[in-house]
Amino acid sequence: MENNKLKAYWRQNLKILLILLSIWFIVSFGFGILLVEQLNQIKIGGFKLGFWFAQQGSIFAFVILIFVYVFLMNRLDRKFDVNES
Amino acid sequence: MDILTWTYVLVGLSFALYIGIAIYTRAGSTKEFYIAGSGVSPLANGMATAADWMSAASFISMAGIIAFSGYDGSVYLMGWTGGYVLLALLLAPYLRKFGKFTVPDFVGDRYYSNKARVVAVICALFISFTYVAGQMRGVGIVFSRYLEVDINTGVIIGMCIVFFYAVMGGMKGITYTQVAQYCVLIFAYMVPAIFVSMQLTGNPIPQLGLGDTLSDGTYLLDKLDGVLVDLGFNAYTAGRKSTMDMLAITLALMVGTAGLPHVIVRFFTVPRVKDARLSAGFALVFIAILYSTAPAVAVFGIYNSIETVAGQRVKELPEWVANWEKTNLIIIEDKNQDGVVQFTPDIETNELIIDKDIMVLANPEIARLPNWVVGLVAAGGMAAALSTAAGLLLVISTSVSRDLFRTFKPSMTEKRELLIARISAAGAVILAGYFGVNPPGFVAEVVAFAFGLAAASFFPVIIMGIFSTRINKEGAIAGMVSGLVFTLAYITYFKFGVNLFGLSPSAVAADHWWFGISPEGIGSIGMLINFVVCYVVSKFTPPPPQKVQDLIQDIRIPRGAGQAIDH
Repeated sequence: MENNKLKAYWRQNLKILLILLSIWFIVSFGFGILLVEQLNQIKIGGFKLGFWFAQQGSIFAFVILIFVYVFLMNRLDRKFDVNES
Repeated sequence: MDILTWTYVLVGLSFALYIGIAIYTRAGSTKEFYIAGSGVSPLANGMATAADWMSAASFISMAGIIAFSGYDGSVYLMGWTGGYVLLALLLAPYLRKFGKFTVPDFVGDRYYSNKARVVAVICALFISFTYVAGQMRGVGIVFSRYLEVDINTGVIIGMCIVFFYAVMGGMKGITYTQVAQYCVLIFAYMVPAIFVSMQLTGNPIPQLGLGDTLSDGTYLLDKLDGVLVDLGFNAYTAGRKSTMDMLAITLALMVGTAGLPHVIVRFFTVPRVKDARLSAGFALVFIAILYSTAPAVAVFGIYNSIETVAGQRVKELPEWVANWEKTNLIIIEDKNQDGVVQFTPDIETNELIIDKDIMVLANPEIARLPNWVVGLVAAGGMAAALSTAAGLLLVISTSVSRDLFRTFKPSMTEKRELLIARISAAGAVILAGYFGVNPPGFVAEVVAFAFGLAAASFFPVIIMGIFSTRINKEGAIAGMVSGLVFTLAYITYFKFGVNLFGLSPSAVAADHWWFGISPEGIGSIGMLINFVVCYVVSKFTPPPPQKVQDLIQDIRIPRGAGQAIDH
């Protein structure tokens, strides 16, 4: 029983990691490098979008990702009653 | 007051502050010395991590590197920030739950082997020494440029300051000093950036100013692209590196960041697992403030220098040019004697050489900002160099006193261990100072080593130690050694092949790189090799003992993370 609960907790944790790391990959390696030519066709203000992702957007996205992770994990820890006092 | 007086006053005040904090927070136990007694709040730890991470190179050189490489410079921006996502999600919470003091501690316990621990100690020492030599040199350069003393005197003054608070205060002293140093360095970086952004684009936020219009209504980036193309250079927003190389370098820097021992150890200093996660988030916020400003400083700097110098008459150049010509950071040579400065990509006819460091150091003068701003930049550069050097020295002393002495002489008393830690910190300061005075001629190249090695050695072994219960000591050791040897061999061949093995320069040229991956990016392949070897070897050897499997299950859940415990 206890063991199954921990397995379920760990599976949920891996799911969160998988989703967040996919976004991490897409904003940096995807938008900033692989798709940079295509995105550079789009301009927002003085920024070509691909260039903006490579030098600004990916950094902001990384910050948001970590705080989303903190929020999701705190909620998950409480749900499975493995949080710290 | 003139620039020199302002510099003395501001640098002096900041040093007095650091020493004051060090006296107030000196360490009394090994736990305080190694990990500040795990009592640091996530916010303070985030700030300290940011100061620890951002070195003299980040503060002084990064904007310049980006200015001269344009889009290609994105590898550093993404690489040195994206690693924190990996740290927060994959490493920090679990290592905090594990609850010991160092990375080799984790490797040694998880892989139940002192051999693995020693391999890890050697990696940690090598990476940290590589790094610290560069920092001491940075301290010396800042001193000599602003305080008008000789570089070696500068290094020695810097050594004394670091010696004082690293040896006395240990991690506790360093952490609170770094909080102060972060405040100094970020203020010093932002003030000139905001002023220059207002002058050029009218927008006080540099991140937005970068995408804003100049007084003539054209967008700054478009104008810069146009100016560079007219002069015969590549457009700023277009890249030259191959896509494959961009991917490899970015990945190697990200993974290398997450594998650097002086960064990982910071997450041992907070009280709880959830604080470790949050602390990584705060650290990245504080880092992102500087890293998202750097590309703006780069563009402002390169645009301003081209506009005010290139194509101008030699006799009518602005005053800052003469000031910085003395330091050889800007060199003007009127080769064709026509009285005008030609700036072209052709080495034969180019008459203007600008050093990358000038983008940050001379920025306040180029923009004609008040003298106190110049003094502030000096104090900021100093804070960046000192904070990183101190963090590295601590890793070195901990590795020696704890991972080497403690492992082979477990009966040692705590008082004795603390003494050994202090002596090894002192020894490390002196050795680092020696490298600062007599820098190895290849400082820039060895940085590629540090990241490549961290990526190819620590990162895969720690990740698999947490996320797999099947990986055993045979796999870990084989993985670390093969990743390390491959990466070392590749970098040595392409970086030092000509000097060491007498290869012809064409044999080590870029067209011989495997898959077009440069030595800076090869750590990512080393990492893959480590993963594969580790997995395959573990498959054919017995699984880890039950005790280790229980340990892995235990670090996966947050509850029960007490204070860091001793052996």
